[in-house]
Amino acid sequence: MPRINSPSELEKLRQGILSDRDPEKPCITLCSGSACHATGSGDVAASIETEIEKQGLSAELDLRKTGCHGFCERGPIIVNHPEESCYFQIKPEDIPEIVSQAVKEKGIVERLLYTDLNTDEKIINESEIPFYKNQKRLVLGSNGSIDPKSIDDYLAIGGYSALEKALSQMTPEQVLEEVKKSNLRGRGGGGFPAGRKWEESRNAPGDIKYVIVNADEGDPGAYMDRSLLEGNPHSVLEGLMIGAYAIGSHEGYIYVRQEYPLAVENLTIALKLAEEYGFLGKNILGSNFNFNIIVHKGAGAFVCGESSALMTALEGRAGEPRPKYIHTAVKGVWDNPSVLNNVETWANVPLIINKGADWFTKIGTEKSKGTKIFSLVGKITNTGLVEVPMGITLRDIIFEIGGGIPGDKKFKAVQTGGPSGGCIPENLLDLEVGFDELSKAGSMMGSGGMIVMDEDTCMVDVARYFIDFLTDESCGKCVPCREGLRQMLKVLTNITEGKGNEGDIKLLEELSEVAKEASLCALGTSAPNPFLSTVRYFRNEYEAHIKEKRCPALSCKELITYHVDPDKCQACMICARKCPADAVDGDKKKIHIIDQEKCTKCGTCFEVCPSRFGAVNKISGESVPPPIAEEKRIITRKSKEK
Amino acid sequence: MSDILVRIDGKEVEASQGMTVLEAAQSAGISIPTLCHHEKLEPFGGCRLCIVEVQVGDWMKRVVSCVYPVEKNLIVRTRSEMIDKIRKMILELQLAHAPDSPELLDLAQEYGADKDRFDKEASFCIHCGLCVRYCDEVKKKNAVGFVDRGIRKEISFIPEIAAKECWNCKECFPLCPTEALQAAFVLTKSLTSPPLSHEPSSEE
Repeated sequence: MPRINSPSELEKLRQGILSDRDPEKPCITLCSGSACHATGSGDVAASIETEIEKQGLSAELDLRKTGCHGFCERGPIIVNHPEESCYFQIKPEDIPEIVSQAVKEKGIVERLLYTDLNTDEKIINESEIPFYKNQKRLVLGSNGSIDPKSIDDYLAIGGYSALEKALSQMTPEQVLEEVKKSNLRGRGGGGFPAGRKWEESRNAPGDIKYVIVNADEGDPGAYMDRSLLEGNPHSVLEGLMIGAYAIGSHEGYIYVRQEYPLAVENLTIALKLAEEYGFLGKNILGSNFNFNIIVHKGAGAFVCGESSALMTALEGRAGEPRPKYIHTAVKGVWDNPSVLNNVETWANVPLIINKGADWFTKIGTEKSKGTKIFSLVGKITNTGLVEVPMGITLRDIIFEIGGGIPGDKKFKAVQTGGPSGGCIPENLLDLEVGFDELSKAGSMMGSGGMIVMDEDTCMVDVARYFIDFLTDESCGKCVPCREGLRQMLKVLTNITEGKGNEGDIKLLEELSEVAKEASLCALGTSAPNPFLSTVRYFRNEYEAHIKEKRCPALSCKELITYHVDPDKCQACMICARKCPADAVDGDKKKIHIIDQEKCTKCGTCFEVCPSRFGAVNKISGESVPPPIAEEKRIITRKSKEK
Repeated sequence: MSDILVRIDGKEVEASQGMTVLEAAQSAGISIPTLCHHEKLEPFGGCRLCIVEVQVGDWMKRVVSCVYPVEKNLIVRTRSEMIDKIRKMILELQLAHAPDSPELLDLAQEYGADKDRFDKEASFCIHCGLCVRYCDEVKKKNAVGFVDRGIRKEISFIPEIAAKECWNCKECFPLCPTEALQAAFVLTKSLTSPPLSHEPSSEE
């Protein structure tokens, strides 16, 4: 591939790519992101290739392995073009039918279509499915239509036109002004205006400046950055290049966690191709702008998602945060001005340059513009990645897009903002999603984790879980975080084990206050949030654990007991056979009793007891009824006896 | 360098560009407690004990004075109810690890910290990093370092370097606000084979 040396050469190339492609030619797109890989998309891809060969359709039918489509609950996902019929949870045995239908005009495989949960109707197109219908997929949207390993696919959808526009029609100042005007705020957690950060770096003294992609996505259950890097790496690179041009930087870094091998692979391929095509290197598109990008793999520390820790790690030292009274935008990597933005933030930049800040600011709320990608996980029917306009309510995300809570359970809380975010209760479900709104509710936007919890979730245990995570991930440099979290974890663990004391809540509040006020970095200052938000909205659960030694959600193992209701037990032996601890005493026609000494509270008996009997109870905060007398345990069934 | 006028606890203090609030305070004889600070070392900002309140215009914030640079018209308060509360808690947290450290006990008395508030986990080390940074920044030997992270973090001597460098140095010993360093050093010594050499270092 000869280097592209000018905007006109780029346009010529793009036209060439488009004219070689027939939009009417049948094409199967298959989600090949990490989540779908886990559900077998690799095998599905292999069977599509074999089947195309077998049916002799190599000339008529294309296969495109794309990035994540978002609806991970139902993966692997196939969309057949040009009809755009989509199929879910595909197995290799479904492939012959899909392939043969793909080349037929309006060919549909009825049985694999999405069925609307409410109306039972079959839905053909992705855009009509409730999960997708209520989204606004500006950043994530192209994931499903391009092969991330092909730069031509990206060019075919208008890729690198924003870079071309910036370099050939705009001065760096104009680019900066446009981004400032868009009020794009950092998608990594802080929500700091990207334009202001860029300006600070641009104006900072020094010839060497860096632009950095923060792809150290470490929040449990969050994977939007991974999906973008895996599915549309060029969009992130293009954003970074534009930012570099605006700031006056000639060197970029991508700090990506090494636990994302596919993202690293696709990024590396994208970088190589971008360099070959002339989007990187010297004199890019004939503009005299020089820029290179280096990929740096993280070493598995959550705290390296914090900007100063990330920069310390980039310098080759242990990833510990440093004081930021002088911003990293002024004094960052090797003390040079460094602009760090998250993957999603960078991916928004080409859109803003192409469509303008005025277009961008039309989407969202007054202070939070554009869209945000969330990873919707937990007790939710439609697990997956969703991109929504800022200002949408939590209720719409969880119930319209997410399909609500499975198993007829009641919604209890939604945890946003990653481990140091907070839990938002049901009465705040109409909260409009935005940076400031979520912070006001005691949570935060964070990078976009959204964990839905149902009535079976114990909120004290949730706080304990996240504090445990953060204690493990604290770098240990400053006292309020390292020692404060150590003590908070001890107290929370005690409470969930029924060893809580009067005064524990106050102690936790004091430790929280000191961590918030005095910690060195944002990991420490936000670490108490899981406790603070749960105690704010679910204080009664804390009190029940401490005072009554009762877990209202019947979740904390140390505080619950399983008991067989003698009036309901049909002596069917199912629980007795399944009990791994051999704790169920009973026989056929002999009412079962759980030996509390032996019981490990694994819950197996509760789960296996046939629902028509419902004889196993889970109780908390009350004493177990004494076992019934031996002579009353024998069941006599008249009808079945001779 | 132009002088910057700041006000610390009501006292006008002349400071120069690039100075930290702690340095400015010390130059005027105003004491701010520290555990991880050492004049020969780069500021670390780890113990957070030197936290103070600064006010620029109407905006008050709490910052740690060992790393916060002075600026024009800065107003600093080194004590307040909140500052004392934070220092008290920091001391109580540290005393769980080094209950017998004279330095900590003195400070505990000043701030009313209860040395028995938290269950003892005597590890001696309070992670001030003085030994680690002194060996790195002043001696440039890196014979002692931190290993692991978070609550599992501890100091450790690197036997290969320690065997050559430490015996005739030991300059980090008196820096330690507790007894951790000796303990760690003795431990390493016992683990090092062959035993630490008494000969002067061959390098330099």
